[in-house]
Amino acid sequence: MTRRPAAYDGVAVCCPVTVPYVRYSPETAHWWAGAALSALGERTGLGPADIDGFCFASFSSGPDSVVGMIQHLGLCPRWMDHIPTGGASGVMALRRAARAVQSGDADLVVCLAADTNQVDSFRQTLAGFSRFSQDAMYPYGFGGPNATFALITDNFMRTYGVGRESFGKLCVAQRANALSNPHALMKRPLSLDQYMSSRAISDPVHLLDCVMPCAGAEAFIVTTEEKAASLGLAAASIKATIERHNAFPEDPIQVRGGWVRDVDTLWEAAGCSPEDMDTIQFYDDYPVIVAMQMEDLGFCRKGEVAGFIDRHDFTISGSLPLNTNGGQLSAGQAGAAGGFQNVTEALRQVLGCPLGDQVPDARRALVSGFGLVNYDRGVCTGAAVLEGAT
Amino acid sequence: MSNPLSPPKRKDPLTPSRLGHVPPRLRSRAAKAMAVRAGQGRFVLQVCEGCSEATYPPRDRCPHCWGELRWADQPQTAVLLAETVVRATTDNFFREHLPWRIGTVQLDAGPTAVAHLHGDVAIGDQVRMRLVLDRGGNPALFALPLKETPHMQDDPQLRVFTSAPKHRRILVTDGRTRLGQDVAQALLAAGAGTVFLGNSDPLLRHDGEEWIASTPNIDMVPLDLTDSRSVSELAGTLGGRVDIIVNTAGYVRPGGVSSGSRLATLQTAMDINAFGLLRLAQSFGPALGARSDDGVNSAAAFVDINSIYAMTGNAGFAGFAASAAARLSLVAGLRGEMASVGIRVASVLCGPIDDAWHQAVPPPKVATSRVAQAVVQVLQDGLEQVCVGDVAEDLAARWQQDPFLTIREENL
Repeated sequence: MTRRPAAYDGVAVCCPVTVPYVRYSPETAHWWAGAALSALGERTGLGPADIDGFCFASFSSGPDSVVGMIQHLGLCPRWMDHIPTGGASGVMALRRAARAVQSGDADLVVCLAADTNQVDSFRQTLAGFSRFSQDAMYPYGFGGPNATFALITDNFMRTYGVGRESFGKLCVAQRANALSNPHALMKRPLSLDQYMSSRAISDPVHLLDCVMPCAGAEAFIVTTEEKAASLGLAAASIKATIERHNAFPEDPIQVRGGWVRDVDTLWEAAGCSPEDMDTIQFYDDYPVIVAMQMEDLGFCRKGEVAGFIDRHDFTISGSLPLNTNGGQLSAGQAGAAGGFQNVTEALRQVLGCPLGDQVPDARRALVSGFGLVNYDRGVCTGAAVLEGAT
Repeated sequence: MSNPLSPPKRKDPLTPSRLGHVPPRLRSRAAKAMAVRAGQGRFVLQVCEGCSEATYPPRDRCPHCWGELRWADQPQTAVLLAETVVRATTDNFFREHLPWRIGTVQLDAGPTAVAHLHGDVAIGDQVRMRLVLDRGGNPALFALPLKETPHMQDDPQLRVFTSAPKHRRILVTDGRTRLGQDVAQALLAAGAGTVFLGNSDPLLRHDGEEWIASTPNIDMVPLDLTDSRSVSELAGTLGGRVDIIVNTAGYVRPGGVSSGSRLATLQTAMDINAFGLLRLAQSFGPALGARSDDGVNSAAAFVDINSIYAMTGNAGFAGFAASAAARLSLVAGLRGEMASVGIRVASVLCGPIDDAWHQAVPPPKVATSRVAQAVVQVLQDGLEQVCVGDVAEDLAARWQQDPFLTIREENL
């Protein structure tokens, strides 16, 4: 186990913002980022001069990084960061911003992810996604991430005896949760039969195992408890966080994520355990990854996830509410914002201001991130435990 | 087993041909280095000079110890761990070829890799890996059954990576020579549908006329590579029906640079060997490119039989070697152009051929039938470059080690 990290004393996480997603947008990532700042300003009264820290994630802002973005949006921060890790970017932004605030390098950091989705964006993003995928993955049928995760899913199902029904239960529960979220792209209920009979995309991955790419933006504020209080913002605290990249390269096919390396650190620092979580917001690009996280973050043992899924309900009113906004599978995947929506939804639940239905008495939430399929597996992982005021 | 490939149906002239898309082409420099070896039929991975670990995908430094990497031949066996059938894609090439089966293999060489799968391999199988070139000229791993299975070459996914002669119509440019006739015979034996044999002067008799007349599926066609009109007229007649071109034409005369040769001889050598290839490419290239994804007998390859002395020059055959060098350079340019439209361009490089013009050259000399076999191999394996015979192999090996020394050796 690694050295125990310092606690996040005095750090406040607040003001979750979601700019409603659309399937296709003619606008740019810059427009979506500005829309998130605008919503944030309306909520808090903050203007460009009040933001002295900025942490940004996007796949579609090219050629601009955070540098282009701050000039574009008129910010003058004394601390900034650019997180290129997609699905892991929200947790990573959170922990970087928290340390900046704690150390006094910044007083108020806006963490923001924005991506557009123009009609041909998805194909173009894939074509130049990473060197390894361009050399050694996408030329193999060009199935995109569906094919990569199909190989992971195929191996996971055979190795641990998990059936599609287990994944189906997760997808069906998330859809039920999405129905109360007015922003979710998927608006109709989903039955297990519909899930099971959806068409094959890249066996064993079927249509309803896949997220819907869309445009959108997510943001939240990390600041001091005093600042949050002076702005009148309800705030959550960070109990613990972890991240790990490129873990277990020796596994021929990914059956576990980097969480396994640091899960003990997480729960020890948090001072609680998986059973204490009132809701879990797991990165859900494909249901196999949700299942993998249940094992790797300590909810059940490796190889026992099928039974674990059987025993829980995962809806907002049932046991272990999962991805209560519908997750990416039902609310949509807005590029890197897909790695932020889990953070904003967890925040909303513990702050008592969800987009849809509230998990009863939600005080603690576990958020996980998983990102960047550089070649044959997700490379970046992270997790954080958030706690609302008692 | 694979289903044996049926001859294509007669084409409906009113139906548009499928456009010759190629798979995505963007690659790293390391992947391009892998492509060069793939085109030579080698199975290579990068190996670290420090820790000797093999690595994949192509990198620029070792991930274990950060040492320098070099390409090295590797054991071709592997085990298939996982598979999927891709049924949806945003890429135009693969859209036309769905469903497409890929898998994850554990290479005996060490790394795991994603590979295209032959129809006869299943999860848990030991497989034989091949490094192939895709239609865009980029390297790809292909998992084959460990042992030959019935009609293995006819597997639809494998056929995408090869230019196998079966059911294809092939133009062999010089039918008046033993080389052209041996190539025609080998292609027919490999299942070619039709061989068109070029004849630069139909009024002049030549050896092998009886054999040609009595062999089914060979058509003699008028083709004079020194005459632009002759080449374009043939392309006008055959352009849409030629799937592979094998340029067997070659004009060989002894002679030096400062003495022992006439300018006119050198000009003829250039006209046939270099400009002849240029005329062929200009007349037939666009039609080949337009039909590179046209079903069973899609247009597939341009194979040029050339001299290994293209790489070095050659004392005693200086003018001929110069024309060969020009020809090799043109082929390199053509390869780049044709890769973007899905046509493989290959060189078969020979030492002195055992013919009348090499009587004074001591053995070993390469038999025309041996060259013909090499042409078939190039097509069946989808290669870009092979050296045929002892002299060519020896020279290529020396050139690989020290190109300038080899040039000196061949000219002093």
